[in-house]
Amino acid sequence: MVAGIRTRDLRKVYTSAPPVAAGTGGFSFGAPKAKGKQPKPEIVALDGISLEILPGEVFCLLGPNGAGKSTTVGVLTTRVRPTSGQAFIGKHDVWKEQVAVKRLIGVVSQRPNLDFSLTAREILAFHGAYFGLSSHERAKRAETLLERFKLTDRADQMVRGFSGGMMQRLSIARAMMHDPQVLFLDEPSAGLDPQTRLLLWEIVGEYNQSGKTILLTTHNMEEADALCKRLAIVDHGRVIALGTPQELKASVPGGFLLRLRFGRHSPELVQRLQGLAGVREVRAADGDGTDLYADRSGSLVAEVANLASAAGVELCDVHISEPSLENLFLHHTGRSLRE
Amino acid sequence: MNWKAFFAMLARDAHVARRNFVALMFQTFLQPLMFVFIFGRVMVGSGYMPASYQSLLLPGIMAICMVGTGIWAVAMPLIAEFQFTHEIEDRLLAPMEISWLAIEKVVAGTLQALAAGFMVIPAAWLLLRPGVDLNVPHPILFAVVALLVALFSATGGLALGCSMQQTHIGLMFSLIVAPMIFFGCTYYPWSALEKFPILQKAVLVNPLVYASEGLRGTMVPQYAHLPMAAVVIGLLFFNVVLLFTGLRSFHGKSVS
Repeated sequence: MVAGIRTRDLRKVYTSAPPVAAGTGGFSFGAPKAKGKQPKPEIVALDGISLEILPGEVFCLLGPNGAGKSTTVGVLTTRVRPTSGQAFIGKHDVWKEQVAVKRLIGVVSQRPNLDFSLTAREILAFHGAYFGLSSHERAKRAETLLERFKLTDRADQMVRGFSGGMMQRLSIARAMMHDPQVLFLDEPSAGLDPQTRLLLWEIVGEYNQSGKTILLTTHNMEEADALCKRLAIVDHGRVIALGTPQELKASVPGGFLLRLRFGRHSPELVQRLQGLAGVREVRAADGDGTDLYADRSGSLVAEVANLASAAGVELCDVHISEPSLENLFLHHTGRSLRE
Repeated sequence: MNWKAFFAMLARDAHVARRNFVALMFQTFLQPLMFVFIFGRVMVGSGYMPASYQSLLLPGIMAICMVGTGIWAVAMPLIAEFQFTHEIEDRLLAPMEISWLAIEKVVAGTLQALAAGFMVIPAAWLLLRPGVDLNVPHPILFAVVALLVALFSATGGLALGCSMQQTHIGLMFSLIVAPMIFFGCTYYPWSALEKFPILQKAVLVNPLVYASEGLRGTMVPQYAHLPMAAVVIGLLFFNVVLLFTGLRSFHGKSVS
């Protein structure tokens, strides 16, 4: 059975500090609730997330830290109780049919959570046992996964001494141990070296080809671009854009982004920039900055410099970005993904 | 209920306990047995304590070992796993209601406490003999009391482990466990508090009193002890309250 993921208007409001792995939402503080003498601040982590992820799809939630990605994963994996809204894995309501849902999912958490009292092989074997695999099946699958994740030579060592990358690989192997229909990967490549990241991407691709649904969160545009069929850009607990990476990149006016910084702000200059050929949109950025969306890049720089010179304004800095998801995020939020 | 997952988790806990067996033995038995040796053997032998003290001490030491083991076996992993290593997350995602994971912890802690209790009897007896006058006229009642004591230690561990901050582990022992032991009629019988009537009544809020007196009443019934009905009711009451509190806190820790 192939299972998809569906959420309907998911909201999560924390009245105390959310756990680290659940993310911290958008930090949009609502009106404090009057409860006793000390009102608790409300942190809106999810503000109406509705998603439809198809069976067999690799879907990515892209957004900065605290956007609500991990909280979404937390709700979908039974670890976070939604304040309102619904979430389904396949046909099962996540909150009402938790055991059925847990049979269908494999989860790789953002923070390492390996069993430090066990060896790598034992971690996989016990995980398999929790899911009712026979001892023969456990041993066979553990061996295959250890081999696939290049952990065979450390298989019988305690994981306490493993490097961060090895722990992450083992976490992913563990999540695949019971062959789940839906795999959640929360920031899977954080802290991985480039070589291991490529191995991870390859394995995720293979797993998807076997018909499994994969939801991954990342703030790495390259990863989203490389792995996902579709993605949702999330910020402040809301989906601000959704589509294939190509569709989304094409939705940025012109595609190219020139981030300009002038010696001083000049409304007259901004107006003139708007008139340059190929310029689709001009937006004031922080301080004396101006963001210019255009369908060409390098050839515009000389013209911008000329206009600035004519207006008596010094052009201090130019940064050119090619069409990317980063530009898309910036276009929607006015902020960089890295901020 | 998914018994396969439940027993797999018990097997995991047994595997870890077996791996840490030597350290667990030292941690559980060293201090109580040194106490037995000094107070039961040296001080009785040198005439500072009456000979009957040996018989009164052994059930108290058994209670300390059981309660210490159960609390340690359940509370310490929970504190570390929820707040530091997060390794419990894998088991929270197993296909089983999360309350059963808490119950599995209680069962594992109860079994460890029982093992500790039954191992300390011969060890302490060897250190104290021939002065100990063990007498178990009702083995079934003894087994029931021992089970309730072990269960109390594990449910106490669950309630503590789900409510203490990692940074407060030291406080947990100095503010909760140590006073519980000293005011728990472990080193003296409850009847010895007759000359301190207020204290004698106040210590009845301490569940360890029922544990020590219950073991005393079933192992050395020839000495004065709390009525067994009071012991059984007291232990049942604390077990239910601690299990209920512990399960609630466990849910609070598991789901945000």
